[in-house]
Amino acid sequence: MGAVATAPSAAPIEAGGAMVEVEGLVKHFPVRRTVFQSLKGGLPVAVRAVDGVSFTVRKGEVFGVVGESGCGKTTMGRTIIRLLEPTSGSIRFEGTDIIKLGPDDMKKLRRKMQIIFQDPYESMNPRMDVYRIISEPLRIQEVAKSSDEARAMVEGALVDVEMTPPDEYISRFPHELSGGQRQRVAVARALVLNPEFIVADEPVSMLDVSIRGEILNLMLNLSREKGVAFLYITHDLATARHICDRIAVMYLGKIVEEGHTDDVVKHPLHPYTRALIGAVFVPDPRRKGLELVMRGEVPNPVNPPSGCRLHPRCPLAKDICKEIEPEFAERGRGHKVACHLA
Amino acid sequence: MALLEVRDLKMYYRTLRGHVKAVDSVSFEIEKGKALGIAGESGCGKSSMAITVLRLLPGNGSILGGSIRMNGLDLLDMSEEAFRKSIRWKRISMVFQGAMNALNPVHRIGEQIVEAITTHENVSRSEAVRRARELLDMVGISPKRFGEYPHEFSGGMKQRVVIAMALACHPDLIIADEPTTALDVMVQAQVLKAMEDLRKKLDLSMMLITHDLAVIAQTCDAVAIMYAGKIVEYGDVVDVYESPAHPYAMGLVKAFPNIGAERSPVRSVPGFPPNLLSPPEGCRFHPRCPLSDEECKQEEPQLRDIGGVGHKVACHKAGVIGKGVDIWEQ
Repeated sequence: MGAVATAPSAAPIEAGGAMVEVEGLVKHFPVRRTVFQSLKGGLPVAVRAVDGVSFTVRKGEVFGVVGESGCGKTTMGRTIIRLLEPTSGSIRFEGTDIIKLGPDDMKKLRRKMQIIFQDPYESMNPRMDVYRIISEPLRIQEVAKSSDEARAMVEGALVDVEMTPPDEYISRFPHELSGGQRQRVAVARALVLNPEFIVADEPVSMLDVSIRGEILNLMLNLSREKGVAFLYITHDLATARHICDRIAVMYLGKIVEEGHTDDVVKHPLHPYTRALIGAVFVPDPRRKGLELVMRGEVPNPVNPPSGCRLHPRCPLAKDICKEIEPEFAERGRGHKVACHLA
Repeated sequence: MALLEVRDLKMYYRTLRGHVKAVDSVSFEIEKGKALGIAGESGCGKSSMAITVLRLLPGNGSILGGSIRMNGLDLLDMSEEAFRKSIRWKRISMVFQGAMNALNPVHRIGEQIVEAITTHENVSRSEAVRRARELLDMVGISPKRFGEYPHEFSGGMKQRVVIAMALACHPDLIIADEPTTALDVMVQAQVLKAMEDLRKKLDLSMMLITHDLAVIAQTCDAVAIMYAGKIVEYGDVVDVYESPAHPYAMGLVKAFPNIGAERSPVRSVPGFPPNLLSPPEGCRFHPRCPLSDEECKQEEPQLRDIGGVGHKVACHKAGVIGKGVDIWEQ
């Protein structure tokens, strides 16, 4: 019935070698200024969505990126597969720096990297049926040699996402599918080229809670059985805790903490991570108590605070936090944190 | 006597393809100062129930039976005029889903609260302004921002303004329909905390409609779990969360990842809810239920007591399932 997937604890925590290595990734969006403003001089203004991010996603692992809206997590996900051009930094995919690749080489490489978008209602052309939606990547990449082969690959992808028998779904249109089924089609579309790396940007936040587990477990199974590496972008630490091997916490364009899921969730070192965990509601009526751990909201990324970017909201902030930006330092077992007080 | 008592309420939408049975024989009550959570998947009729209680139905929605009583007063018996003048917003107010986007962008925040007060009560403008400032302060917004416009506020603050508006006429009951769904985790915690504090302080009752069982666990005293237009389980939050008796409730409670728990697979309730134009015969959950048999397909189960403080369930198999047995395993 697909209610329960294989226990993730049975899988190796230490996955394979590096799949994607991101180093010093920066993505700024320039803000348009009026003629008068530019005549006045001063530095060009930009939204610093991603501002120096480094991490590695290993083969076959689920790597979670968690943060509030506006922290730059979606921009980062899109930049990594070059849907957006980075401002600076490097992205190495199996050793190749993809930023230096020309359009032809990039197109070839795209077979190996795919993305699942957040909204299954808007990421599909309503005029295409399931077959056309899933076979479009095959057509663009000119992978299938015949229409029979294309059909077989589409059917295989539908089986992979547990939409069986494929015949029942293959000629339906998006409006004839439920939200969960649409998101399965989105996963199938990402899978049909047999990618090695998939960016999943909030793949379940638009779905009912009762069916989120199906999509998440599907991702988990794909990573365990086919060795697909996932970058799981979410604001929901509770689901990340259950499917990710490692987690990075982002705040205002920077990673503030990174480590194995258990380490980050059970022994968070950064005050922001602690606040995020504290803000997650627990479905347990005996553990009442809405503790307010952090006030305010994410500041404007055009003009981030000096020093540690969290200092205006941080309950522990000292003078040093206002002046010096903390280094992102290792605290053992791959657990890294950027905080003066950790 | 309960503050709000709903009995056998039926509300159907007329469509070209037949009646959509959005609320079908629903009964529950809310005591003074208590909060009832209504949980269920999208399309289970929970929002329809909210607008039925407030009598805000669209033209094709009609109440076909049952009663809604507030302190013994039959709300369905009143004329629309009387209901608007004495009940809606004065006794029962509402925070809508995505309400923060309902603020008028060209009017000042404070003026919009003043309008809510002067529309419903016969008070002077200066008195209304004084109360609006007080309300802003109550929801944690500086009264100095009275003259600002909605675009100068963040999402969480706008949602608080809407809550202030709902409190403007000192109601007894607030109906909150997914009040925090569009907000970020951190802001959601801030808004719910503000709501909880106010509710305790003002001894307000609340009907909280959400698909998020974790939010209900943290804010409500009782919970009703809805499926396909019906309440399938009802009772104290602790009873329902710790010993759910309906297979759907069991699945739903398990589907919520608990950040405090050990790492485990995320669960789901396979399948999807039925079309309410023609819901399944018998128990409406039977096509998704791992335990269903002939009886479930033919006979509709009624809500019945199963011990605890008013813990009720509508399932033929309740009681047959052994304690602690996980029917959704595999």
